[in-house]
Amino acid sequence: MSRDEILGKVRSAMGTTASPAERRQLAEARIAAPPRVPPIGRVSVPEAELPAVFKSEMTRQLAHVVEAGNSLPQAIAAYLEDAGLPPVLRCGDDPRLARLPWHEAPNLTLNNGPARGDDPIGLSHALAGIAETGTLAMLSGADNPVTLCFLPDTHIVIVRRSDIVGSYEDAHARLRRHLGAGRMPRTLNLISGPSRTADIGGKIVIGAHGPRRMCVIIDGTEGENRGA
Amino acid sequence: MQPSTRTFTANARQALGDRNLQAALAGLPTGLVAQRAAARARLPEFEQLRDIGRDIRNHTLEHLDQYLEIYERNAIAAGAKVHWAKGSADARDVILRICRDANARVVTKGKSMVSEEIGLNKHLEAAGLEVVETDLGEYILQIRDEAPSHIVAPVIHLTQAQVEEDFRRQHKDLAPERRLEEPAELVDEARQILRRKFLTADVGITGANFLISETGSSIIVTNEGNGDLTQSLARVHIVIATIDKVVPTLEDVSVLLRLLARSATGQDLTAYTTFSTGPRRPGDPDGPEAYHVVLLDNGRSELLASEFREVLRCIRCAACMNHCPVYGAVGGHAYGWVYPGPIGAVLTPGLIGIGHAASLPNASTFCGKCQAVCPMHIPLPGLMRKWREAEFDQKLTSWQARAALKVWGIFASRPRLYHFATGLAAKALRVFAGKRGAFRSLPAAGGWTQYRDLPAPQGRTFQEVWNERKEGAS
Repeated sequence: MSRDEILGKVRSAMGTTASPAERRQLAEARIAAPPRVPPIGRVSVPEAELPAVFKSEMTRQLAHVVEAGNSLPQAIAAYLEDAGLPPVLRCGDDPRLARLPWHEAPNLTLNNGPARGDDPIGLSHALAGIAETGTLAMLSGADNPVTLCFLPDTHIVIVRRSDIVGSYEDAHARLRRHLGAGRMPRTLNLISGPSRTADIGGKIVIGAHGPRRMCVIIDGTEGENRGA
Repeated sequence: MQPSTRTFTANARQALGDRNLQAALAGLPTGLVAQRAAARARLPEFEQLRDIGRDIRNHTLEHLDQYLEIYERNAIAAGAKVHWAKGSADARDVILRICRDANARVVTKGKSMVSEEIGLNKHLEAAGLEVVETDLGEYILQIRDEAPSHIVAPVIHLTQAQVEEDFRRQHKDLAPERRLEEPAELVDEARQILRRKFLTADVGITGANFLISETGSSIIVTNEGNGDLTQSLARVHIVIATIDKVVPTLEDVSVLLRLLARSATGQDLTAYTTFSTGPRRPGDPDGPEAYHVVLLDNGRSELLASEFREVLRCIRCAACMNHCPVYGAVGGHAYGWVYPGPIGAVLTPGLIGIGHAASLPNASTFCGKCQAVCPMHIPLPGLMRKWREAEFDQKLTSWQARAALKVWGIFASRPRLYHFATGLAAKALRVFAGKRGAFRSLPAAGGWTQYRDLPAPQGRTFQEVWNERKEGAS
């Protein structure tokens, strides 16, 4: 059987006298407690300053960043109007989105479910924003169908101010708290700006196969709008 | 993929005369090379992370059997079907069988060097499947029936005008008078065409930049989002990955991701980094219904057991080729197989045999730049030297070279004879060079004198001067 043959060859290449049980224990222990990586200076700042780093890095990644202090629906409507985009959004079955005061932006139409090839705008809620490189951590599921991140021409992502973390490691720690250690959704998408390519003549073109525009809304609202 | 590695010298000569290629390669220093330098400068921890990254890869390779088994266990627990394949043919068969079981007609593909290595597309096409490459560069190659010439920027050898010509030839149903002057117009045309393919595909095949033991996940990094549409819209997602791709944890992969994009394209992180684990979950409204991982050996276990193990640390960033003067002069196709540049010069002999690829470890000036920029500190020139030794030991070197080395060996192992002969040669050259002190042409030195004069030795030999100084100092 291929599996045993391959693993047998790998094992004989190890050149060790330690028993398989000992070596397994070592590997499992390292997985349970991975070595700490030295902190990244860029995000070794007081927690209150992380959103500013996130905003500046996310902007470098060619995303449009909005800080919303009052009404998220109004912030979305204003962005769409400024960009000349239709007020028709597709989103998942996300309680964090369902709780928003949509009546404050009555011209917005919300459609539920996975994206179709002709949806102009996808709306998602991120698990976390990662300040280090201006990156959003998105989990797939009924609340955020993965196609929302890739099919619509425009992707709007809401991230709570308090969910902005420093590093990838911080985001993974949040994921482990959210789902349990070692558990993952079907896809964890780390997204840093809109789709792009430099395949033709080395020139960067935005909007290769995925979204042509990304708008990140930092949710700074308080109180009843905040989800679980 | 059928190698043309044996004809490297002829391939290189042709490449040097290819004006389109030379125009395309001229952009490297101000493009990828400069971008990497800028990204590295923005991250003061970069060098420290390189050391940590190297140690992660070494640790994983030293416990590869364990991390593979843990990866497999966790992938299966998440609903993945894991297949093991010893060689190219096994992997192709497994993938075709999965496609057939799914009654597939259209297969979309994300960029995967391993799929090039095993010649997957031709195999699936021969079985009647429509295979569509969805990475823009790979799509262009597919309609040109060409192989990639770079592992990150597959069409780096092509100019924009060539792509326009290809699109006009291939997309016959579009208006011939349409504008295709800007890269954005070309990108948009490919986007429209491939969008239809994504939506009708039955099976999506991607590679993997990494596999994670802790979670049983596979990772791809892309900028276009094609790999995501490939795996999210098809009913079946197949991942093809070699066994050296595994890393222990999410933390480990975070270190490697920090190094990968910066070394490859000079980005802090690619637009999309996607961790895929199992098929869609109960209640998920989209995503693939089945998720298969094909774990391929194809020579990696032999490399693991050999003196070339360090090459398995490679994370395929292509920094070595971007900085290589030989790659920069001849491009990737001259190398004749899937992996060009310095990494190819080490990896290719290991995968297809030094007998097929003996020229590649010789296609180097040993300037050392590849090792200097390798995020995994792979000692590429040192490993090339080992292949040269293997080439010599297996008598693959030409008889002229062997004879010349033998003669040189006679002199080099006899210092007195060496000093006498070199002193004599220097004097003779000085005499024959006459007043000019240089040669316009010299037998057996045409490679030099074709472009410049060869200066004759002046004054005394180095050894004479050295001995005199030593005496003076004592």
